[in-house]
Amino acid sequence: METITSIKPLLAVLVSLLVIPMLVSSRNPNVREGWTFAAAIIKLAIVASMVPAILQGTEIVYTVAEVLPGVAIKFKVDAFGMLFALVSSTLWIVTTIYSIGYMRGLNEHSQTRYFCFFAIALSATIGVAFSANLLTLYLFYEMLSFATYPLVAHHQDQEARSSGRKYLLYIVGASIGLVLPAMLICYNLTGTLEFSKLGIFTGTEPHATMLVLLLMLVLGFAKAGIMPFHSWLPAAMVAPTPVSALLHAVAVVKVGAFSVLRVLTGVFGIDLLASLNLGTVICYIAAFTVITASLIALSQDGLKRRLAFSTIGQLSYIVLGVALLSPKGVIGGMTHIAMHAFGKITLFFCAGAIFVATGKKNISEMVGIGRRMPVTMVAFFIGSLSVIGLPPTGGFFSKWYLVQGTLQADQWPMLVVLLSSSLLNAAYFFPIVYKAFFCTPEEAMFEDRIEEAPLWCVVPLVITAAGSIALFFYPTLFLKLAELATR
Amino acid sequence: MSQQYPALLVIVPLLSAFAISIAGWVNKRLCFPIIVTALSVAVYASVGLLLTVLEKGVVIYHLGGWPPPVGIAYYVDHLNGLVLVVVSLVALLNVIACKKSIEQEFPDKAAPFYTLYLLMVTGLLGIVVTGDAFNLYVLLEIAALTGYGLLAMGEERAPLSTLNYLYMGTIGACFYLLGVGYLYIVTGSLNMVDIARLLPPLYQSRAVLAAFIICMVGVWLKMAFFPLHAWLPNAYTHAPSAASSLIAPLVTKVMVYVMIRLILTIFTPEFAFATLALNNIVVWLAVIAIVMGAILALAERNLKRMLTFIIVAEVGYMVGGAWLGNRAGMTGAILHIANDALMTLCVFLVVGNIVYKVKGYAFENLQGLFRKMPFTMGAFVVGAMSIIGVPPTCGFFSKWYLILGALQAGHYGFMAALIFSSLVSVVLFFRIFEICYYEPFSDHHGHDHPPEPMDEAPPLMVVPLLIVAVILILVGLYTGDIVNHIIKFAIPEGLV
Repeated sequence: METITSIKPLLAVLVSLLVIPMLVSSRNPNVREGWTFAAAIIKLAIVASMVPAILQGTEIVYTVAEVLPGVAIKFKVDAFGMLFALVSSTLWIVTTIYSIGYMRGLNEHSQTRYFCFFAIALSATIGVAFSANLLTLYLFYEMLSFATYPLVAHHQDQEARSSGRKYLLYIVGASIGLVLPAMLICYNLTGTLEFSKLGIFTGTEPHATMLVLLLMLVLGFAKAGIMPFHSWLPAAMVAPTPVSALLHAVAVVKVGAFSVLRVLTGVFGIDLLASLNLGTVICYIAAFTVITASLIALSQDGLKRRLAFSTIGQLSYIVLGVALLSPKGVIGGMTHIAMHAFGKITLFFCAGAIFVATGKKNISEMVGIGRRMPVTMVAFFIGSLSVIGLPPTGGFFSKWYLVQGTLQADQWPMLVVLLSSSLLNAAYFFPIVYKAFFCTPEEAMFEDRIEEAPLWCVVPLVITAAGSIALFFYPTLFLKLAELATR
Repeated sequence: MSQQYPALLVIVPLLSAFAISIAGWVNKRLCFPIIVTALSVAVYASVGLLLTVLEKGVVIYHLGGWPPPVGIAYYVDHLNGLVLVVVSLVALLNVIACKKSIEQEFPDKAAPFYTLYLLMVTGLLGIVVTGDAFNLYVLLEIAALTGYGLLAMGEERAPLSTLNYLYMGTIGACFYLLGVGYLYIVTGSLNMVDIARLLPPLYQSRAVLAAFIICMVGVWLKMAFFPLHAWLPNAYTHAPSAASSLIAPLVTKVMVYVMIRLILTIFTPEFAFATLALNNIVVWLAVIAIVMGAILALAERNLKRMLTFIIVAEVGYMVGGAWLGNRAGMTGAILHIANDALMTLCVFLVVGNIVYKVKGYAFENLQGLFRKMPFTMGAFVVGAMSIIGVPPTCGFFSKWYLILGALQAGHYGFMAALIFSSLVSVVLFFRIFEICYYEPFSDHHGHDHPPEPMDEAPPLMVVPLLIVAVILILVGLYTGDIVNHIIKFAIPEGLV
């Protein structure tokens, strides 16, 4: 495979860090948001400028510093990293628009801090996407954990404090307690941490060691929300909604899933996992999470909490797809990162728009809201279609590949899990939409006049909903990237 | 000129110390420029010395032209070349950062303070540069006596806690002296290289064994290796800010250097690790030190005291790493001397800034600090990340080598202790961040209260602190070079 050395990946990571001094020193909020937009657009431009090379099968590498013998802080852009970077840098722009509407609409405090840490979080996300080895990935993973803490705890009240604690306890506790030692054991065994298709192991290591290492690495990246390390996610929903939207539908949780996928495909390698028959263990853990999270989601009345549990379930789809170890399953898992991102961010945007317009957080208080906020609720419908995996939305394709993956891997139980989870997804989303539009005048809790959230809130959710539909008709880019990554 | 670097390193601060005490009578404003100049010369000389060592290998300097074993030789290799740079740099940055707080805390006694400060740095640099075991003792006492003076200038209870330190420190130094005496009896030499040459036939001698153990215990006392740590927390907590941010980063680390020098040069690793077979016990002691340091730190409700217990845990890191008896562990220990000195400096300078503005360092004094002192707290976050061990700060990399050493030695207890201590550090520091960030609680998401205005320490205090914070990250990124070009050669090839 051809490789090019270029500083572009580093620039893509740094651009949102370099903008921080401008954000802090801006006196005028409009100027400040202007800088955020500038950074977001430049970031997307840099990422996008690398797409043609990646599609031709080349890889772009850049070494920052060789910090340990055989391990450098190093970037490598490959198809899978590109897929994730594209999704998150695109959605950052949309989320910025939404943040302006939401934060100003609610007159939130400390907006400069908010935008600064958002920018840092995006740097870390792109850093994870472009990491060439486990150490670099760990570096940016931790950076993301700490950069999102002030965002999760934005409200600075008692509730935010206890949620922030839970967030850190799970995420940092798992990464220092499990990933760090596992990484050292890998390094001690093999002398390298570089991702490669064949994995870093020789295959002669004892089976038990490999199993323990695999579990430590998969569970240690707790941002992926695999049970039993999932309960930080519902707690983190105290954050302002744009944070939940981008970080807990796209950046943070997908960084977790991305890291787990890197471990499976880059550290162990699909072939080795298959020959040691280790994929099944992960499959069953993920399947358990999928079903349990969906069942819990059914019982949640808080809209954001329901979305949170839905996210936990959907994240495990990604892990499950790759753990099937069949080509189609891997493609399905990887594309699900993109498809689910567009669908779920729409849902979060809607939840936030409802909160801004009406102050309502609970599903039971949203009867008849479709008449008041039709655009929002139609977008919500599209988003839920995508998460359930129905056409005409992008979510259909990832589910399609996932189902094919189970057949290819001859894993009938997993097929049952996927299908029944889809039914459960429908069961927890459709009643919301149904009640929003179809209710008797007596039931309706809102007056019969259209009053949407501010335009800054509505436009982004229309964009992402349209994006979900567009991905049904034009899924080629993401499918191509995922196929390249599995080759 | 460059041949005289080893002498300059000690002579310039020594003479400048006297110059300051005279200048203090003439014009107090002269003191600060003199001390900055003297320490800058020391930094310049130590960097020059390190570069010379990197280029040409070991530098040996005969003081007054007398050849050893009669005369005193200064002996600089990769190991102390690195430590010299760290010591002089920390001393320089600290004195600049602390000028304001020195003026605030003792307006009339600045000149004596600077004199003691410079004498102390002279002692520390001397300990590191000397190649003579007895000369080391003399400089140890210079550093210790001036240190007692500096520490005792603090709050009301400072003299008492310093007295405690004085007793323990003196016992430690005596132990060391006794050990050196034994060595002199059996070898007839005080020059380190000379002793190392004469010792191998005597490895079975009980006197040598006794000398080694007595020296070790003495050094452990001086570095506050648990359970010999009891003097440290009070002495450092009650000290004036400027003194604690000099002494906390340097003294324990210099004593760890002395321990490593004893193991690597005087007694050689073969004797210390192979003949004695004490490794396992000492590493377990280090495990206890780390765990207890972390737990005792958790029990504190006071920032500065909490940090002193973190030092106790960090000493455990270095002792354990050095005694793992392999290259990775020793690399980690040496790297951690530099890293820990820098990160301890960082967090203690933060305490200095907080004391300067808020007049206290108990947890309840820290409310709302992120808003009040954003730059200071920014540096504090970097320092905390380094102590927790988050890449790319330097603390991560020394921890990496230490854990790797533990894995290679099969010492899983030490590995678990390091991970445990990292996790406890997360709790320790985020507990403080929480206070600085959330409290005082407002009723409705902070809408009602106008935010408190920024009230940052003066730039002269903040800028050096930010430089230290940046150094923490740079040292982390350049770990590869530091290990490959310096530490690799500091460890004898026999140690794998």
